[in-house]
Amino acid sequence: MEDQFQTLEAFLARIPYIRFLGMRVELAGDEMTAVLPFAQHLIGNPMLPALHGGVTGAFMEMTALAQISLARPGSRIPKTIDITIEYLRSAAPRDMYARATVRKLGRRVANVQVEAWQETRAKPVAGMTGHFLLRNDE
Amino acid sequence: MADNYDTAPLPDRMTMMVPHAASLGLSLVELGKGRGSMQAPWREELVGDPDTGVIASGVVTALIDHTCGLAINSAMTEATPIATLDLRIDYLRPAAPRTGITAEAHCYRLTRSIGFVRAQAWDVSPDDPVATAQAAFMLNPRG
Repeated sequence: MEDQFQTLEAFLARIPYIRFLGMRVELAGDEMTAVLPFAQHLIGNPMLPALHGGVTGAFMEMTALAQISLARPGSRIPKTIDITIEYLRSAAPRDMYARATVRKLGRRVANVQVEAWQETRAKPVAGMTGHFLLRNDE
Repeated sequence: MADNYDTAPLPDRMTMMVPHAASLGLSLVELGKGRGSMQAPWREELVGDPDTGVIASGVVTALIDHTCGLAINSAMTEATPIATLDLRIDYLRPAAPRTGITAEAHCYRLTRSIGFVRAQAWDVSPDDPVATAQAAFMLNPRG
């Protein structure tokens, strides 16, 4: 399990944009939770204030990629084919969490669902469904 | 900063007055009634795949979401808060390495409570998009 976490951390550390967001992951057994600590530069609406909708979407997409990398350690970063984001609540200026489920890991495509929340998992701020093209080393 | 947000010109309200837009370096390219385009410059820290140097799809997502908001705001006569209901993005092809992205959005229908928007994003030419998108926004979400 330690190895799995290190592999995942190494995968994330390679992506500059993950560092730009400030995203990190926690692993309990085989269950991964992605964490996006609040930072001022993630604000999209200074009046409410609220996190940027694009940040929430990007965070869920990166969570999906991390979850796929857990399922396929050592493989190249998948390409996003499409994502559908459903916004349920405005995201407050505080930490955000997300968990992803790989609903199908095919030979070429992975179908992934992600849910993001803040104070309680029972009140998600957004959900995402996405398809990702898996890249086998040519 | 938030004191004069409501009365600030739309271009300012979409760029330097929004922390995330400012951190991505978003700039306004064009603005019309119900239409707008914005640009995200390529930067090393925004790369999504270090093997290729291609900008992260998350940046494209944020840029498209933001440009859709611009299109809706430009369709309305006064500053109105909006909230994204849903956003669907198709990533048609990878962007060129070390290249910024431009997105253009069109609010093609505006009702009293909902705005419907289509958008596309490209790296080099609008005739060869990297992503297309469809979104719905709620107007006055707290109203």
